[in-house]
Amino acid sequence: MIAAEKAPAAGAFSLFSRATPHFGPWTVALALALLTLIPLAVVASAMLHPDQTIWDHLWRHVLPELLVNTLWLVIGVGVGVTLLGTGLAWLTAACDFPGRKFFAWALLLPLALPAYVTAFVWIGLLDFTGGLATWLRESWQIAWIPPIRSRGGVILVMVLALYPYVYLTARTAFQGQGRRLLEAAQSLGISRRRAFFRVALPIARPGIIAGLSLALMETLADFGTVSVFNYNTFTTAIYKAWFSMFSLPAASQLATILVFFVLALVTLEQLSRSGARYAASARGGGGARRIRLGGANAALATSFAGLVFLLAFVIPIIQLLIWTRAIMATDLDARYLDFAWHSLLLAGLGAALVVSLAMALGYAQRLRPTPAMQFTARLATIGYALPGAVLAVGFYIPVAGLDNLIIDTWREQTGEEIGQILGGTLAVMLLAYCARFLAVGFGPVETGLARITRTMDEAAQVLGATGLKRLFRVHLPMLRAPLLAAAALAFVDIMKELPITLMTRPFGWDTLATRVFEMTSEGEWERAALPAVAICVVGLLPIFFLVKNSDART
Amino acid sequence: MKLLNSMVFGAVLLLSFNPAQADEVVVYSARNEQLIKPLFDAYTKETGVQVKFVTDKEGPLMARLKAEGRNTPADVFMTVDAGNLWQAAQEDLLKPVNSKVLAANIPQHLRDPGNEWFGLSVRARTVVYNRNKVKAGELATYEDLASPKWKGRLCLRTSKKVYNQSLVGMMIYEHGEDKTEQIVRGWVANQATDPFPDDTKAMEAVAAGLCDVTIVNTYYFGRLIEKKPSLPLAIFWPNQNLKNNAAGVHVNVSGAGVTRHAKHEAAAIKLLEWLSSEKAQNLYADVNLEYPANPKVKADATVNAWGNFKSNLINVAQAGALQTKAVMLMDRAGYK
Repeated sequence: MIAAEKAPAAGAFSLFSRATPHFGPWTVALALALLTLIPLAVVASAMLHPDQTIWDHLWRHVLPELLVNTLWLVIGVGVGVTLLGTGLAWLTAACDFPGRKFFAWALLLPLALPAYVTAFVWIGLLDFTGGLATWLRESWQIAWIPPIRSRGGVILVMVLALYPYVYLTARTAFQGQGRRLLEAAQSLGISRRRAFFRVALPIARPGIIAGLSLALMETLADFGTVSVFNYNTFTTAIYKAWFSMFSLPAASQLATILVFFVLALVTLEQLSRSGARYAASARGGGGARRIRLGGANAALATSFAGLVFLLAFVIPIIQLLIWTRAIMATDLDARYLDFAWHSLLLAGLGAALVVSLAMALGYAQRLRPTPAMQFTARLATIGYALPGAVLAVGFYIPVAGLDNLIIDTWREQTGEEIGQILGGTLAVMLLAYCARFLAVGFGPVETGLARITRTMDEAAQVLGATGLKRLFRVHLPMLRAPLLAAAALAFVDIMKELPITLMTRPFGWDTLATRVFEMTSEGEWERAALPAVAICVVGLLPIFFLVKNSDART
Repeated sequence: MKLLNSMVFGAVLLLSFNPAQADEVVVYSARNEQLIKPLFDAYTKETGVQVKFVTDKEGPLMARLKAEGRNTPADVFMTVDAGNLWQAAQEDLLKPVNSKVLAANIPQHLRDPGNEWFGLSVRARTVVYNRNKVKAGELATYEDLASPKWKGRLCLRTSKKVYNQSLVGMMIYEHGEDKTEQIVRGWVANQATDPFPDDTKAMEAVAAGLCDVTIVNTYYFGRLIEKKPSLPLAIFWPNQNLKNNAAGVHVNVSGAGVTRHAKHEAAAIKLLEWLSSEKAQNLYADVNLEYPANPKVKADATVNAWGNFKSNLINVAQAGALQTKAVMLMDRAGYK
């Protein structure tokens, strides 16, 4: 992303070196990478104990189908979210059409819905026994509609759930470009369409890729959504080995393979970009005009955005609200205030921490833009590709080990019994969230940092702004939009997070997401609607804040 | 220095000490909060002993117990199937409990032969059919659902659900692997559509006429009928007239054991004894329309209305011992 050709300007290093002499970029990057690498190493250590029977079985009877399924899912979701996310981002960032202001933020709302809940709603509507299918059959004698419980169905639902990642990052990228470049291109006689493909799209590429990698890592690590479809992927095999065959080692081995695969992909993508720089137009779009769509085009844009919004958010939320109404009287009690408060606290603190660490990592990479550093950054953000429960165990084992060390030492020294010091604390929860969601913060931050050119740094330096001063006076204001995007993504992701929350929360400390788990794990999907809607309501806050702030600037 | 101070302050805020209290029991539970909290509240009210609990899936809870080792805060491990309890015993996460009360309250086939865990409620897996399309006389056994007369008439839940795994595990115990694989292949061939992610969806498909018959846990049937009483569904108790091993409805248990390193061992045993007692069994089972494990206790009226049945008497521990084999067998047979 940042071209590897130039050493950082003199004085760049001083951000860290002046404040605390030993806090170099490498120290920061390695410390952050360790947060992910330690759990990963715990998981990967299972490689030393291969479980031959289970492996033979998986190879012969399970993996062939799964690999094909997973490949299709990745391709389908990848293409889908890229087209949908980029298209909608361009429409709302650079064009003007009726309803644009509304769609600009409304199209982010699906992020606040847990994907597996959306999946359940869609199957409930479209499957043979579902409301819509039954109605078509009984009132219109339409006996056949495309089966929702199919490869196409799972891809469609995941695209609708995950396109906001690309939408958000691409939109931030388009907004940063300004229209001047486009206008310049057009003044050179290039048509508007070609200008989009030749100028706007290539410059936004890092943003689009950042969102796409998030969506794909989420797809690969997903267990909830594919389970609702009974669509077997690599991750379902991981859980099958663990939960059904009682082999955590085999599960860990599969997870390790998955992570190496993802690591190879992101590294390849990195290499394919090396040398290219995307910093051309950070000077924002101040005063630039939107492309005003007229007539048919405007109608088309409005209906396209409307359709996506309808399918990805309106229909699922209406169904959830209907269910909620039915169970509210019995299920809604004062405890929900606690659940919501816990969710808000975790997501708020977690998002702040994730974004700060992402910023530190991004800055470290900016100051030492070597291939080794870039690879370290990839390592530090790979936790997102690991199925959540596997990462949770990988994280918890060393924490418990440390606790045991403390407790045992204390016992030997004093003869007293003490409880866990680290286990069940907020600090451990938040660190675990960082191990999982650093990628979510890092994607937007990295893209944003790359758009701040070296010449700007140099100019700032000439004006006497170096080190921390430059960070706060020059960089942070320019990074406003990407930082907000990173915070919003991390916030809603933590709101929805399950395995880490379940494993590390203190006793009696339930959140809205754990409420969803309590209901769905016994098949009570309708009762899960209430906490799901509550997640959505609380999740709306940052999304609303984000768009209000980022739009004010364009 | 200021930074350091605030970091220390933050750390104190974020870290909390969890000293072991005398009058409490700590439970790691895979049985959901809404199903156990009413019980624990009642227990606290009666005895004054606090029950602290945390819920999660069985796999992560066991990994957690293992990682915490002898310093685990957990005294009791609770699940909704026998397989995971069996696995916990295998991994030496539980310890034997010699309690006369538990031995008297819980039938032998519903508890660990080594007394490391005890079933506390029974989850029966039976056949549900469409009254308009099937006569009860057509139905006989689980095994019979593999016969060609059910071609295109069977709906199944996914093989990834533990209750299907325990059902097939028990069949392996009864018939051996080869015959069981034939039966499972027959089921797969008879399916009207791909397996469903849950029992409720499978029953809805039966009610809608997509297929005629399915295999489900009874409480899902109870819940669905409670919501939609007009559905043309009925319960059939299979394998009732057999004399061999395979006789009786397949049952699994929700149950619990005392952890190997329990800090409040006596209190944990007391809690389990109370849960198995006549006054707690209804509270335990009825909240989810399950069957009490204690034979002296009658099931909820709704549940009783489904009629009496003979259940399979093979020890449910076999479900755990044969689970991996069952999963592999279902994979081989193409049961998704």
